[in-house]
Amino acid sequence: MTPDATLEVREVRKHFAGVQALDNVDLILRPGEVHALVGENGAGKSTLIKLITGVHRPDGGAVHYRGAPVAFSGPREAQAAGISTIYQEVNLVPQRSVAGNLFLGREPVNRFGLIDRRRMHREARDILARYGITVDVRSRLGELGLGVQQMVAVARALATDAHVVIMDEPTSSLEPREVDLLLDVVDLLRQRQVAVLYVTHKLDEVFRACERVTVLRDGRLAHTGEVAATDRLRLVATMLGRDVDFVRRHGATTFTDEHRTAAGPPVLRAEGLTRAPRLRDVSLDVHAGEVVGLAGLLGSGRTETVKAVFGAAPVDAGTVTVGGLRKKRWDPAAAIRGGLAMVPEDRKAEGVIPELSVRDNIVLAALPRLSVAGFVSERRRAQLVDTFVERLRIKVASPAQKVRELSGGNQQKVLLARMLCLHPKVLILDEPTRGIDVGAKAEIQALIDDLAEQGLGVVLISSDLEEVVEGADRVLVLRDGAVAGVLHGDGITEEAVMRVIAS
Amino acid sequence: MSLVQAVRRPVDVTGLFQVGGVYVAIAVVLVFNLLFTPNFATAANLRLQLVQVAPVAIVAIGMALVIATEGIDLSVGSTMAISAALLPLYIGYGAWPAIGIALLAGAVVGAVNGSLVAFAGMQPIIATLGLLVAGRGLALVIADGRLTELFDPTLAGLGNASLLGVPVSVLLFLAVTAAAGLTVRYAAVGRRILAIGGNRPAATLAGLPVRRTLITVYVLSGLLAAAAGVLSTSRQGASDPSFVGLLIELSAITAVVVGGTPLSGGRVRILGTLMGALLMQLITATVIQQNLPDSTARMIQAGIIIAAVYVQRGRSRT
Repeated sequence: MTPDATLEVREVRKHFAGVQALDNVDLILRPGEVHALVGENGAGKSTLIKLITGVHRPDGGAVHYRGAPVAFSGPREAQAAGISTIYQEVNLVPQRSVAGNLFLGREPVNRFGLIDRRRMHREARDILARYGITVDVRSRLGELGLGVQQMVAVARALATDAHVVIMDEPTSSLEPREVDLLLDVVDLLRQRQVAVLYVTHKLDEVFRACERVTVLRDGRLAHTGEVAATDRLRLVATMLGRDVDFVRRHGATTFTDEHRTAAGPPVLRAEGLTRAPRLRDVSLDVHAGEVVGLAGLLGSGRTETVKAVFGAAPVDAGTVTVGGLRKKRWDPAAAIRGGLAMVPEDRKAEGVIPELSVRDNIVLAALPRLSVAGFVSERRRAQLVDTFVERLRIKVASPAQKVRELSGGNQQKVLLARMLCLHPKVLILDEPTRGIDVGAKAEIQALIDDLAEQGLGVVLISSDLEEVVEGADRVLVLRDGAVAGVLHGDGITEEAVMRVIAS
Repeated sequence: MSLVQAVRRPVDVTGLFQVGGVYVAIAVVLVFNLLFTPNFATAANLRLQLVQVAPVAIVAIGMALVIATEGIDLSVGSTMAISAALLPLYIGYGAWPAIGIALLAGAVVGAVNGSLVAFAGMQPIIATLGLLVAGRGLALVIADGRLTELFDPTLAGLGNASLLGVPVSVLLFLAVTAAAGLTVRYAAVGRRILAIGGNRPAATLAGLPVRRTLITVYVLSGLLAAAAGVLSTSRQGASDPSFVGLLIELSAITAVVVGGTPLSGGRVRILGTLMGALLMQLITATVIQQNLPDSTARMIQAGIIIAAVYVQRGRSRT
C-alpha cells in the first residue's frame, strides 16, 4: 500500500460477457489531490468507478481505502464510509426544495419525530454558503438552473464526511460561469484534504483543475502522471490510442483518395447552429460527392451537430438549408423529404426496430413509395429488399428474419439500406463502424467511398481518427461544441486533427 | 433452413406457450365442457357464447392495436356509454343516422385521446384515464342519467338478427378481426404501428409520421368501442349509459394479454386477442353452467392472466 494514499486501486480486472472491461488497472488518490480520469467511450472509466463504489466486484485485484482492503456492497455503503459519487445526470428530486434535497433521507427531526423544517433550512443555508451559493433553500430544485442543481448534488455528497469524492463528468451540461463555480468548490475540497477523482472529456478542465491525470484506453492503463509534466497533444494522442511521434498510415481502412467534389452550391448548408451549452455557432457545408468528416473528442458536439441538422434535436438558433429549402425548424420526416438521411450513432436505441423483420426494417421509411392504396406491394417490397441485401451483402437467413437476431455489422447495413433506398442527396453517418467486425467495417468504408463517387454528399462522424482522416475530403474539428478548425486535402492528418483538439 | 435451426436451437417452450397458450387453454375448456357440462355442445349454446363475446371482442381488437404502439386505452367503456347515450337522441332520424352519430362520437373521443398522447406527450394511461372518468359523466349528462328503451327494428336487428344462420354481431366481430389482421400484416399503417411500439425514437428518426399514426390508432379504438356500444344497446333493446361497457377496458386488456400480445408494444396478435376474449367468455359460461359461484370464474381468470403475463416475461428476457 502506498503510504499516504487515501484510495488505492491495484491491478483490478473486470470481465463482462466476452469483453475485458478493465485489465490490470492501477489508480492512486492522495488527500488534497484532484485526479483527472480521462478516456474515450468504452475505455473503462465507468467500470472503474463502479468497482470502487461496490456496484461491481472485481474479478481480480483489490481496492484499498484508508489503509485497509475494502469491498463495499454498494454505493450506499461506500458513501457511509466516506466515498461520495456525483453522477453525470443530477440524481436529485426536482419537485423537492433545495433543503429537502440536501437532507433527503436524513432530515433533522424534532422530538415528535416530525421534520424540523426550521433547523433543516438553517443548516442548508449554512452548508450552501460554504460553497458560495446563495439561493432560497425553500425553492423547488427543479426551478433552478442546472448549475445550481449540480452544486446542490455536490453539497449533498459532501454533507457526509467525505474523504473521496468521485465526479463523473460534472460539467457536461453546465454554462461556463457555472463551471467556474464548480471548479471553485473542487478547489475547496482540495484545501480540505479530500481526494477528488474528476472524470471528464474536457482537456481544459484537466489542465486547469487537476494535479494528476490517468488515461484509460480499451480497459487498460494508458498513462498516469503529473498534469504539469503532460503535453496536451500527447494526452490527446494517448486517449485516441495514437503514437504522436510516428503517425503511420498502415492502410487498415479501405478508403481511396479524394473524390471529385462538384462545384456549385452545397447540397446541405447549416449555419450558426446553437444549442446552449452543448453547441455554439456550428456551420457546415456539404457538396455533392464530398465526404465531410466531423472529428473531436467525446462530448465535443459531433452527434449534437448532426442531430440538429437532421431536425432530431431542437436548436436555439441557426438554419439548415436542404434541397433549396431554408428552415429554422426541421423534423426528421421533413428532412428526409428534403433529401437528407441519417444513420444514428446508437443502433439499438435509435436505429433498428428489433421485433420487425429485416425486410420491414429496410423498407420502413420507404413505405409510402411501396404502397398502393395504403397496402404494401409485396412485389415492389421484395424487389427493393433483394436489391439492397445483395448490394450491401447483408447476411440473413431470410429477409423475414427478425433484425434483432443479426450481428451488429449486419444491423448497421440494414440501417444503411433503410436510408439508401430513399435516394438521399446527403447521407449522415454517425459512427457507422463502431462495434462491428473488421470485415463489415471494411465493406461499409468502401461503400461510403462508392456513394460519394456516385455524387452523394456524406457527413461522417467517427471516433476512429484514422477513418475520418482517410475517408473525408474535408474535416471539421469540434471542441466544446464549437468548430475549432477545418482541415482540407493534404492538411488532413491524424496529427493535425489532434493538434486542433489539443490547442 | 428450419431443419438446421431446429437442431441448433432448443425448443422454446415458453415461446410456444406465448403463441399457442390461448389455443391450448380454449381446447382444454372445450374438452372439459364436452365431458362434464350437459347441453354444452348445442348450436344454441355455442351461438349464445359467440353473441355474448361480441362487444368485448370488438373492443379488444382496438385495444390490441393501441397496445401494439406501447399505449393503452382505458376510455373504451365510457366511449361505449357515450355511443349508447346518443342513440335515443337521434333514433328519430332513423337507425343508420343515429348509429353514424354514435360512431362519430367514438372517433372524436379517440381523436382527443390520440392528441393528448401524440401532441401533448401525455402517458396513454393518464390521458385515457381522464376520458374514462369524463366520458361516462358526459354520457350520463346526455342521457339525463336514465335508461331509455328503444324500439327501432333496424337497431334491434343488429344485435339479434342472423345472416345465413350466423348472428350479425358475430359476423361483425369476425369482419373487424379480419380487417385488423390484414391491416397489421399488409398495410403500411400496420408496419408503422409495430415500428412505433417497437422503438419510437427509431421510428421518428426514420421519418415516420409518428403522431398521425398514434392518432389513427386511438381513433380506431374509439370507433370500435362506439360500435360495441351500439351492439350492446341493440341487444338489450335499451340505452343504459350507467352500466353499458362498465369495466370492459379490463376485459379487453385481459383478452389482449392472454392472447399473447405483450404490453411493451412492438408485437401484436389479432387472432390471439379474439381467442383471448373467447377464452374468458367460455370460462365464465362454464362456471355458470356448473353452478359454481361467480367468484370462481374470477379467480380462474386471474390465474390465467398471471400465467399469460408470466410467460411473456420469460420470453422478453431471452
